[in-house]
Amino acid sequence: MYQRFFKWVAAMALAFCATSLFAQGLTLEISNGNASAIPIAVVPFVWQGGGAPPETNVSDVISNDLNRCGQFRTLAKSDVVETPARGSDIKFATWRLLKQDYITVGRVIDAGAGEVKVEFELYTVGDQKNLASMAITGQRSDLRGLAHQVADVIYEKITGVRGAFWTRIAYVTAKGLGNNTSYALMIADSDGYGPQQVVTSRQPLLSPAWSPDGRKLAYESFERGSSAIYIQDIATGAREVVSARKGINGAPAFSPDGRKLALSLSNGVNPDIYVMDLGSRALTQITHNYAIDTEPVWSPDGQSLYFTSDRGGKPQIYRVPASGGSESRVTFTGDANAKASVSYDGKKLAMSQGNKNMYHIAVMDTASGTNTVISPGNFDESPSFAPNASMILYAATEGPRDVLYAVSADGRVRQRLVLADGDVRSPAWSPYRQRGQ
Amino acid sequence: MKFPMRTLLTTVAATAALAACSSNKPKQTPPPPPEATTTTAPAKSGPYSGPEDLDRDSCLRQRVIYFDLDKTEIHSEFQAQIACHAAYLRQFPGAKVTLEGNADERGTRDYNQGLGERRANAVSSAVAAAGASSSQLNVVSFGEEKPVCREHNEGCWQKNRRVEIVYTSKQ
Repeated sequence: MYQRFFKWVAAMALAFCATSLFAQGLTLEISNGNASAIPIAVVPFVWQGGGAPPETNVSDVISNDLNRCGQFRTLAKSDVVETPARGSDIKFATWRLLKQDYITVGRVIDAGAGEVKVEFELYTVGDQKNLASMAITGQRSDLRGLAHQVADVIYEKITGVRGAFWTRIAYVTAKGLGNNTSYALMIADSDGYGPQQVVTSRQPLLSPAWSPDGRKLAYESFERGSSAIYIQDIATGAREVVSARKGINGAPAFSPDGRKLALSLSNGVNPDIYVMDLGSRALTQITHNYAIDTEPVWSPDGQSLYFTSDRGGKPQIYRVPASGGSESRVTFTGDANAKASVSYDGKKLAMSQGNKNMYHIAVMDTASGTNTVISPGNFDESPSFAPNASMILYAATEGPRDVLYAVSADGRVRQRLVLADGDVRSPAWSPYRQRGQ
Repeated sequence: MKFPMRTLLTTVAATAALAACSSNKPKQTPPPPPEATTTTAPAKSGPYSGPEDLDRDSCLRQRVIYFDLDKTEIHSEFQAQIACHAAYLRQFPGAKVTLEGNADERGTRDYNQGLGERRANAVSSAVAAAGASSSQLNVVSFGEEKPVCREHNEGCWQKNRRVEIVYTSKQ
């Protein structure tokens, strides 16, 4: 079964290479399998409508989502020997023989006026229990989005945790060399499809951060010659400079309530952590240290900030109350730790961990302090948790290129997202998406 | 005339650089210039004949200072370079430079921006201490965003750990 899974993975990887060239997006490769993952059969969804079926294969999108998170392994297409379209058509004995724990079946129905309705049912194979019977309607052009929402329901019904496949990622691309480099801030679906340009620049762009409602991005840009922080509305493109002080204006991070922005300002001297009230634009200085203090991130309750500081020599992660106060070091494993990402429940901290100047992504359990290294590269940085912490996006280097990887939280399943003709870096996983966004 | 002046400036710059590296974390702004200057002031007497020396003089043509890993100390081999640019800026009070700080790829992007600024500030302090006016000196840090070399080895990294002296006004 394990070998078969790998064959399937190889076939899927090829298929993705082909489709992503078509989409001019990112390429996906699943690097490792996970034998302990939950077996689930995703039966191909039946097209019910006049004319040609949509280009998007809904069950393929769902299968890919479930596989890449590392917690599931879907039944190889060649083993899907029956294709029931409804729960009442499922012969459970067949799927028991195929050692499946779950089965999902569905239909894609032409709803007219450019819309489609995706109906699906999820069952346990063992006791034939119906876990979900739902319909999701939307634009035919957004069928991938609808499929991701189906995958989210399946994920939640089985694991008890909200799915995060129907989310987006932001990242920076760089093409060209030296003074001819062009930079772009991009967003795409969480699986790398549907890339869209947010802003372009002839000077470096970095550190995109999502607003908690997923409608805005804050980022640092050098387009005016020196560093400045912009906040941009993704849908309208409207943007404003919120900080352009002397020196570094970097590492923006929205507070969980969206009212404040943590940032790192050097004022031309050395970087400290500040919090800006986005209503009044008033700044509160949080750290006062001769060291480099940067990369602030909020705890999920908004009460404290984690940040990187080299006050002890090498960079390490520290924690401080979000209104300022006593600062304490939280990382003690590895020579250096930087650029933390906090899981939604505050239980895990992902960061770039340096040993002898080689950097891997490590995940720390905040209660016990235990560290697990989850990436094999030597220049891995900028981890970003999915909003349900099932996966982590990070930046890596392969040869002369910067690429992105998404890795399951346990480190066992990894996929590469690489832009065909340039560097991809500074990834940020969006919050949960709301319909109409 | 030219030689003793160089020597003097080199000594001043070396002292300033030592002060900058021993404190390592300069919180205070660069020291005030030794004498009041205005950007509208005409060129003073000095070793250089004009902006053409920026392309001609073997010292002024050198505009990159390299650093050790995670360090901001300026090596003695760069003191002459700092001294001649300081002398030029002192002679032409309307001239301005931007000191662009850079880091190698190791470590995170935001942290490296801080590191690049530290290096550029160290050069700024040294140039100011050697006689340039702080109003002639601008600092920007690109961190690891503008490498001159993209390979993952020390030979490449040491080329990227640098401060570039960029003239935005030549006289």
